[in-house]
Amino acid sequence: MPIPSALITLLVGMALVLAGLWVGYNVSMLPIDASSNAPVYDALFKVLFSIGTVLFLGIVGVLIFSLVRFRRRRGDSSDGAAIEGNLPLEIVWTAIPAVVVLFVGIYSYDIYERMGGMTPLNDHGAMHTAQPAGDHHHHGGTHGSKQAILASSSSAPAATADQEPGRVWAGIGTNTGEEQTLTVDVTAMQFAFIFHYPEGNIVSGELHIPADRPVSLNMEARDVIHAFWVPQFRLKQDVIPGQPTLLSFTATRPGTYPIVCAELCGPYHGGMRSSVVVHQPADFDAWLSKNTPPVPATVASSGSTPTA
Amino acid sequence: MTLASPSDFQAPQQSSPDQGGPRGLQPEGWLRYLSFSLDHKVIGLQYMVCGFLFYFLGGALAGVIRTELASPISDFVSRETYNEVLTLHGTVMIFLWIVPVVNGAFGNYLIPFYVGARDMAFPRLNAVAFWLIPPAGILLISSYFIKGGAAQSGWTAYPPLSLTTPSLGQVIWIISVLLLGGSSIFGGINFIATILKLRRPGLKMMQLPMYCWAMLGTSILVVLSTPVLAGTLILLSFDIIAHTGFFNPALGGNVVVYQHLFWFYSHPAVYIMVLPAFGLVSEIIPIHARKPLFGYTTMVYSIIAIVVLGLVVWAHHMFTSGTPPWMRLFFTIATSFIAVPTGIKFFNWLATLWQGKIALNSAMLFACAFIVNFVFGGITGVALAQVPFDIHVHDTYFVVGHFHYIVYGGTVFIIFSSVYHWYPKFTGRMLDEHLGRFHFLLTFIGFNLCFAPQHWLGLNGMPRRVAEYDPSFTTLNQVSSVGALLMAVSTLPFLFNVVVSAFRGEVAGDNPWKALTPEWLTSSPPPVENWIGEAPLVTHPYGYGAPADRLDLKMVTAEQIWNDPKP
Amino acid sequence: MTSLTSGTGDLAQISSDVDIAGQSDGHGEHGEHPDVRLFGLATFLVADGMTFAGFFAAYLTFRAVNPLPENSNYELELLLPSINTLLLVLSSFTFHRAGRGLLRGEGQACRSWLAITAALGLAFLAGQMVEYFHLPFGLTDNLFASTFYALTGFHGLHVTLGVICILIVWWQTRTAGRIKASTPFGLEAAELYWHFVDGIWLVLYGILYLL
Repeated sequence: MPIPSALITLLVGMALVLAGLWVGYNVSMLPIDASSNAPVYDALFKVLFSIGTVLFLGIVGVLIFSLVRFRRRRGDSSDGAAIEGNLPLEIVWTAIPAVVVLFVGIYSYDIYERMGGMTPLNDHGAMHTAQPAGDHHHHGGTHGSKQAILASSSSAPAATADQEPGRVWAGIGTNTGEEQTLTVDVTAMQFAFIFHYPEGNIVSGELHIPADRPVSLNMEARDVIHAFWVPQFRLKQDVIPGQPTLLSFTATRPGTYPIVCAELCGPYHGGMRSSVVVHQPADFDAWLSKNTPPVPATVASSGSTPTA
Repeated sequence: MTLASPSDFQAPQQSSPDQGGPRGLQPEGWLRYLSFSLDHKVIGLQYMVCGFLFYFLGGALAGVIRTELASPISDFVSRETYNEVLTLHGTVMIFLWIVPVVNGAFGNYLIPFYVGARDMAFPRLNAVAFWLIPPAGILLISSYFIKGGAAQSGWTAYPPLSLTTPSLGQVIWIISVLLLGGSSIFGGINFIATILKLRRPGLKMMQLPMYCWAMLGTSILVVLSTPVLAGTLILLSFDIIAHTGFFNPALGGNVVVYQHLFWFYSHPAVYIMVLPAFGLVSEIIPIHARKPLFGYTTMVYSIIAIVVLGLVVWAHHMFTSGTPPWMRLFFTIATSFIAVPTGIKFFNWLATLWQGKIALNSAMLFACAFIVNFVFGGITGVALAQVPFDIHVHDTYFVVGHFHYIVYGGTVFIIFSSVYHWYPKFTGRMLDEHLGRFHFLLTFIGFNLCFAPQHWLGLNGMPRRVAEYDPSFTTLNQVSSVGALLMAVSTLPFLFNVVVSAFRGEVAGDNPWKALTPEWLTSSPPPVENWIGEAPLVTHPYGYGAPADRLDLKMVTAEQIWNDPKP
Repeated sequence: MTSLTSGTGDLAQISSDVDIAGQSDGHGEHGEHPDVRLFGLATFLVADGMTFAGFFAAYLTFRAVNPLPENSNYELELLLPSINTLLLVLSSFTFHRAGRGLLRGEGQACRSWLAITAALGLAFLAGQMVEYFHLPFGLTDNLFASTFYALTGFHGLHVTLGVICILIVWWQTRTAGRIKASTPFGLEAAELYWHFVDGIWLVLYGILYLL
């Protein structure tokens, strides 16, 4: 008894989906996750990887099947079937990718929202004005100043520009609410990152942060465009001269991870690397107090390793 | 729909002795390929040969890059030289190889045939467009030898880096790209005018071969987006020469505006490189599968959709730059939706193969590998369109892998496929099949070996455009370099094949593939004005399979296709 | 399929109707095809317009996001550019009259109108020069000064080229027969170009001076 082709198609399709899911969820392509944002990213990656595998295997499978099954046999000089189109079929393969793409788009929007990507940035801009450690920051509070934008009449030296350091042009701000946020000012230059901790007036060549506490990086470049990237955090933001950017995240896994410059910035671009050290909260406090310069006396060695 | 009946047109004559015929490139006539010829076929081949020369140059530059990256430290060339090399590699491959060949070479050669014209609408402008290319290319290369060297800021030339690197090289880079952009715009105007205005009487738009639609869409993109790049680069040159501050933050300028303007051209540039390849593969697959192109109408509409969407997705290159959240969201959605019309095209090609009689020759091998590579690149492309995904892998080797799957695995594979397919028309001789398959095998393996590992490297922390990297990435980089070496080796059988077959190849006859598109319905190589006598009216260029008795494979020459007495 | 294609088919029909006249002789000589130069020029002007569009977009973005630094000088007078705008709009009408004169076979009227158009164009350029010399800021003073000069300068180049084209056409109409009413490509091309330059100025005037 011949097996109906619809059944075979169904079985092959199901096998394909299972194979895709298996590959997506079992083949690891990513470095370890060290921020609260990373597992969210990895979930998106698994979904995309699964869908991609199903589509790729399906299309390549059909292609190879066709090349074998419909190859021109020796001595056969006839044409194939004169099929010029099939409207229902075309509607199906317009609709399916549209639905898949829509699903992926909505899902990744959700992920992006969870990463804090849709948080209005200028609230965070107000947080620039470094307040002493331990203070609780209030969002959208007193510093919600108007932007210094060129006013609409061109014939006046507009923009009286109260140059409040409030303008953040882009970045990712996590909506951390009332939590205590560690703010670090990041300056990128050819070919190094400099980290400045307003809390203790520490300057460091390495970024030291506590685990499980929100960190907010206020970044600006001194010369050309750089990019701050920590692969284990799955986060990247360009550091731009003249346009402060922001990156907010919470590290979760103690350890040392690379900071990589990801935007071509000159001959030593490849060597522009640093490290981020994620401490246990108690260790971080120790590092802070060890490196805080006791008013003028001895200058703390910047970038010293922590007493772990 | 029925086929054009033989009474619709006169039969083209067989090769006349003074018009070439199956004698290869006429030795007495080869000098015209170095002349300011107005013949669209000569110009097309000028584009082709010139493009291949720059391809070998760009490939050599890629060789330098892969040699440097075979070890994790900067040890092969100096860091400055490395940045010059990667800038030149990108610029040469995009502006001097892919855009000129996939548009200029095949477009000039095929479009007049497809619309039933004797030449392009503006032959002189056409020749000018080509002859802008060699000086621009030589200028670009010469900048390597001047004081300070060539541009070092990548093919994107982002300020303020491009304002701080040696300025003479950067200015020469700008002039060269402006010349090439001008050439591209002239070509685009010519294609639009030829396709819309020069069609043979009686030939309707919806009867044109798909490559015409692809070139129409491409040319619209060229005309709309290239001038924006030109204007941007003029402003950038002001910043360098006159010390204005458009893009210089130290003088109150805005660097992100440059990125918007740059990508307004340079994203459509991807479609300028890829849409013509979509058109060419739509010509090649039906012929070798002996089946009509599946879903002609949807193919046309998907080209239109790609053109429209292609103009509004540029900022997905800037997800980690200074783009506000709402903008990221809009460009994610727009970019993702390009996958829908693109997907339609791929499903239609698969449906064209289904139930065909597929001859898996070199042209077809490259065309099918194109489908595999491009689907892979397209899937990573949809992933990259998602902001959260892109934030991690932007400016990493993942992106390098992705776009090489699109432009090399996609377009360059189709250029090779097209050379195998149209070489008999260009020269009247066949390319050697065994060498062709060997070339395919080396290219396919080398290509995947080179670029597939780069996705993993990017995901795990290797940024792009670096001369040195974390030692833990050494092994995969070496695999990638071996793949690049294989790709370099793979050009040898190809070159040998192309040169030797021009003189010793098997004589092809006018229509070796028994094809129905108009360029095959004349002699090989074709006479100066394409047809002796009136141009054939081909209203159904993909009419394979029906009626079976008149279009079966027994037909040998174009004359016989059309003059076969009714059974 | 037929319903989907009919629209495009009609379009194709229209353009092929145009072609038939030019291709009536199947054995045409090289280059013998309908004169599509004006169409080509129009396509080129679309491209040229996109260059301006890029500049306008850059200028508007700068205005939206970049503050004018304190103590910087960016003030524009409105009187002179407004007179210039009137001159340019007027010149479009005079060019149109020149074209109509040619069609009616009134060669002398055509020449006079062309001369007036060229004079208006030159007057515009002179006005632009006067403005440049009286502006309180230079090219590199600040972002908006630079953008101002880039935009008006690029447009001024176009006007200069347009005046040259008008003068060439004017010269050609001097010797009878160079431009005939039946094949007035030179004149039509110059006119199309001139209207384009005029239109760009109106946008530029609106964005740069009025906004």
